[in-house]
Amino acid sequence: MSGGVFMLVAGRDLRLAGRRRFEALLPVVFFIVAASLFPLGVGPEPQVLRQIAPGVVWVCALLAAMLSLNTLFASDYQDGSLEQMLLSRHSAIFVAAGKALAHWLLTGLPLILAAPVLGVLFDMHATSILIMVAGLLLGTPVLSLLGSIGAALTLGLRSGGVLILLIVLPLCIPVLIFGAGAVGMVDMGLSASGHLSLLGALLLLSLVAAPPAAAAALRISVS
Amino acid sequence: MSRSIRLFTFAAPSRFYALSGFLLPLLWLSAIGFAVAGLYIGFFVAPTDATQGDAYRIIFVHVPAAWMSMILYLVMAGWAVFGWAANARLASMVARALAPTGAMFTFLALWTGAVWGKPTWGTWWVWDARLTSELILLFLYLGFMALVESIDDVRRADHAGALLALVGAINVPIIYFSVKWWNTLHQGATISMTAAPKMAATMLQAMLLMTVAFWAYSFAVVFMRTRAIILERERQAQWVKDLVAKEAK
Amino acid sequence: MKPGELVWLRGQNGSGKTSLLRIVAGLSRPEAGSISVGGGRPGAYIGHANALKDDLTVTESLSFLARLHDLDSGAQGIRDALRTLAIHHRRHAIVRTLSQGQRRRVALARLALEREPSLWVLDEPFDALDTHGIDAVNRLLAGHLARGGSVLLTSHLALSLPPDLVTELQLPVEVAS
Repeated sequence: MSGGVFMLVAGRDLRLAGRRRFEALLPVVFFIVAASLFPLGVGPEPQVLRQIAPGVVWVCALLAAMLSLNTLFASDYQDGSLEQMLLSRHSAIFVAAGKALAHWLLTGLPLILAAPVLGVLFDMHATSILIMVAGLLLGTPVLSLLGSIGAALTLGLRSGGVLILLIVLPLCIPVLIFGAGAVGMVDMGLSASGHLSLLGALLLLSLVAAPPAAAAALRISVS
Repeated sequence: MSRSIRLFTFAAPSRFYALSGFLLPLLWLSAIGFAVAGLYIGFFVAPTDATQGDAYRIIFVHVPAAWMSMILYLVMAGWAVFGWAANARLASMVARALAPTGAMFTFLALWTGAVWGKPTWGTWWVWDARLTSELILLFLYLGFMALVESIDDVRRADHAGALLALVGAINVPIIYFSVKWWNTLHQGATISMTAAPKMAATMLQAMLLMTVAFWAYSFAVVFMRTRAIILERERQAQWVKDLVAKEAK
Repeated sequence: MKPGELVWLRGQNGSGKTSLLRIVAGLSRPEAGSISVGGGRPGAYIGHANALKDDLTVTESLSFLARLHDLDSGAQGIRDALRTLAIHHRRHAIVRTLSQGQRRRVALARLALEREPSLWVLDEPFDALDTHGIDAVNRLLAGHLARGGSVLLTSHLALSLPPDLVTELQLPVEVAS
């Protein structure tokens, strides 16, 4: 009964994003621009760039994913759609999950596709790029899920954008550590499976725990 | 029936106000008393360390402060969630009052950690696993306070803060574990007591005394802050109006 | 509230009409006391906001709301609902291009899809409507009441429904303590 609203909400968000394609691509543009600033600040030495690359790419991915969080629920909150979604007979948990899925498809997935380009710009080895992408594949959904909680809590607030960053970024630190760390392991010639497994565990935990938390936050913000 | 009345008697803001007012002088005296005793033992009685000299004495403030910062976060989250689940206004007020004190202890732990690090490692900051976790804890406190301050609707702010504190509390072990992992992999520096002196009995005494002092201080300050919040929120209530009128005379 | 009853919530600005409606709908919790709504949760709530997305067409918006609330969302059903509110001719228009009154009609068209004799909670449903729109809504309300449904609404305009169907409730309400 309740599962249907998950696809309904996600599908609608995708359709809406399709009507505003330029805005949907802004996070990816930010991702590439921000990461490109680092060589300009640090110097073009390939050895140094290769070393800082995983950290830089991950941090920029984190920030880029956060950028579009502000608007995740904002539009629905303003035009009353969110109230209708919460009042339906379906559980708010599936509404929140659908929103997080749409956010990941529109922001996380493009980041994953753009990451290898940055890997090349930073002269990373092929295996490193592969592990980085694998990590992003596991980690970006976690960012969307944790971000949905932050977005739900800060609905309608003036300072919403920066506040979301302050609230959500500390929670994303484990993802950053394991994601960037996985690439570090491969660079040292060790296996990244431990790091990737931990990322997988975080993904499972967020899949289960984040939508209920975001749903609770939505009820709090709407009441 | 009478048992539940007694339990929830002090849940009423007016009675909490009266009780806390009564306890405050005692709490302040305990805080000062235990702090003086703890600092005296820590700085004058406990022996000088073989490897770290006298610089290590800062741990008598650093360690209790770090403990308080972590415990207060859990207490804050607990009261906030209770205030949310049971719709208990006073519990939410106490949670709000706890946040600045918890953040202060976190900052104190970080600052004393830096003071300890300078003579020991030569730098003001070291990305030690515990110090880094403390820094992240500070961010969690700041996030809570920022969120609660940003929401105009008082009850919505209370409930939102409760959810955030709960999410934070669940994440703290995960964050701590990941930071430890990160630190050992990168062979980072460690400021630790286990590498440092073996715990003489007097050192343990000093730390326990300081911990009690910090507890008493926390109670005192949190009570004071809660009283201020009560007066502000309940200003429409008759007992507050009577109190203000009495003070004016 | 009884089946077939319409309650018109009246009161000055700021007397809490919208808040009460939201509490009855289940969006807010009351600060003190409790509320019980007989017969389960309200079947429909339409507030000040229309719950329409600017970038979707009228048909897409109504279909979304229909599917969200488990109503008939087939193409024919949607067209008929829009026809009831006389907005059928704009069914492929993007919501952003509609006037306030037209958007209100689309939002209210959802009521034409409702079949259950449930409680409708409507906040200023006649807002921005012209006389034709008001007539269409009145027909919807009368039909719903005849089916055994009930309505709780606010309106700063005088209602043009048969008076025997309408019960007035003036806020603030004195409560015997």
